[in-house]
Amino acid sequence: MSSALARVALRPERSAWWRLLTEPRSALGVLIAVVVLLAALFGPMLSSYTPESPDFLATLAPPSGMHWLGTDDLGRDVLARILYGARVSLLVGLSSVGAALLLGLPIGLVSGYAGGWTDSVLMRCMDVLLAFPGILLALGITAALGASLSNTILAIAVVNLPVLARVARGQALAVRGLDFVTAERALGFKEATILWRCVLPNTLSPILVQASVLLASSIITEAYLSFLGLGVQPPIPSWGNMLHDAVGFLDQAAWLAWFPGAAIFLTVLAFNLLGDGLRDRLDPRD
Amino acid sequence: MIRTILGRIVALIPVLFGLCVLSFALLSMVPGDPVTAMLGLEADPTAIAALRAKYALDDPLVVRFFAWFGHVLLGDLGRSIQTGRPVTAMIGSALVPTLQLGAAAMVVSLLVAIPAGIIAAVRRNSAADLAVSLLALCGLSLPSFWLGILLILGLSISLPLLPSSGYVPFLSDPDAAFAHLVLPALTLGTAMAAATMRMTRAAMIEVLSADYIRTAKAKGLPARRVVWHHALSNAMLPVMTLVGLQFGQLLGGVVITETVFSWPGIGKLTVDAIFARDYPVVQGAILVTATLFVLINLATDLLYTVLDPRLRSAR
Repeated sequence: MSSALARVALRPERSAWWRLLTEPRSALGVLIAVVVLLAALFGPMLSSYTPESPDFLATLAPPSGMHWLGTDDLGRDVLARILYGARVSLLVGLSSVGAALLLGLPIGLVSGYAGGWTDSVLMRCMDVLLAFPGILLALGITAALGASLSNTILAIAVVNLPVLARVARGQALAVRGLDFVTAERALGFKEATILWRCVLPNTLSPILVQASVLLASSIITEAYLSFLGLGVQPPIPSWGNMLHDAVGFLDQAAWLAWFPGAAIFLTVLAFNLLGDGLRDRLDPRD
Repeated sequence: MIRTILGRIVALIPVLFGLCVLSFALLSMVPGDPVTAMLGLEADPTAIAALRAKYALDDPLVVRFFAWFGHVLLGDLGRSIQTGRPVTAMIGSALVPTLQLGAAAMVVSLLVAIPAGIIAAVRRNSAADLAVSLLALCGLSLPSFWLGILLILGLSISLPLLPSSGYVPFLSDPDAAFAHLVLPALTLGTAMAAATMRMTRAAMIEVLSADYIRTAKAKGLPARRVVWHHALSNAMLPVMTLVGLQFGQLLGGVVITETVFSWPGIGKLTVDAIFARDYPVVQGAILVTATLFVLINLATDLLYTVLDPRLRSAR
């Protein structure tokens, strides 16, 4: 009963979600994120062109009725590639944050709840990962493992891991001394049960806020890596590798740089707006 | 106080050791034989054997690590496979342009962010506040390499006012050096400005609602003096901490900006070395950058402790 009370007491109010959707800035974030999601899911239906098929009769064609966002140096439709790129960006963003959550949440919870040597060892390991600037660590991992979609996801997940572990640890530390946890312990519940039933639910709000911010930064990191040629590899279109290709044609076909960059900007803006909105609604510290 | 500083420095030792382990491990994770990766599949077997012997690649991993670590402690990061030059010297000469770019970006960021943050806080909930908040959010969401490309499109291609890439040392031609610095500094400074703007606004709002500010106003001090003298000096403490941390983050950000503008700093050196499979340079550049990052963060933290008397007594 005490854990049920704890969940009720510390969980955000149901209306917080409604307020999130009615606040203009976070509503705009949700709207853009939904549009990107729909583009990623139904992209092929929105464009009659395929992202990888070249058309050598229409190379570097400017935006027109035929090709709304123009074509690249191989005559590939920029709109089709941007729509497919949305899939890649969301896939990398969601998978890398998801993988970091799967590992970082247990590490943080155990570290904060157990304390002592367990905490020291686990957090020193996380400190080492945090000691690298994120993009540099991701760059080092992809350089070592080779550039590919899966290695990009892995590299960004490793960058995200210590951030989520730290947030989860902080929450576990805050919760472990509270009365309802002591009550559960007095009732004879196992530590694992207490972690699962009492501690975990109370870490979720700040984790959710952090995850949405990390989703934005993961999308940017994927674009950085692909731009440098160390992320998603051609012919798979990603917004980052489209910008990499655009650099060679800036004086002839500026649209090749405008649209993929705008897609990254709007998507990251959406998740940042959402992160801000979630922080205002769910994080009592702010 | 000295005990606090020493404690922080001692706590850094395992982190720095971990950095060395991870930097070494990363390059040991290269799939297949690193020598084949460096020389190619059709390399001469004698050359392969010579390189394996040179880098002691047949020794166990732990032995190789401690041999490498011993050299690192003496400041020897090995030699570049591509050029044969000592890695330490290559990193040393690349650090000069990187620090130059970093300092210029920091100036751009502070010149924009601090006045904008103050105006937003003083005129809270006005159109100016909304504009600053939106600008900051856009700055945080703008991928720096895209901004760099847009600046090249606007100020180098459409209006040929500034060079789109390259580096000129200040001592050889100050005018050309400045012209080459403008676009990379604007690119790198924008993202930093966005975060600093937000922090300045938040810190100023908090300070402006404090009792001593109300007292200063009640005593009839001019508004300008209250804001610039009484409020700003206290609001700057968290802002300066953020700026210090950002200077560390900037070491990651330069990788992209230096590549876009062909700026010969440590970021470009790292990326070029990755493509050239020059692993000693990659390893050295990653280690040096991460170590600088940690040391800058430590310095910022210590400075904060020294400046804020509350933290001094708390620790």
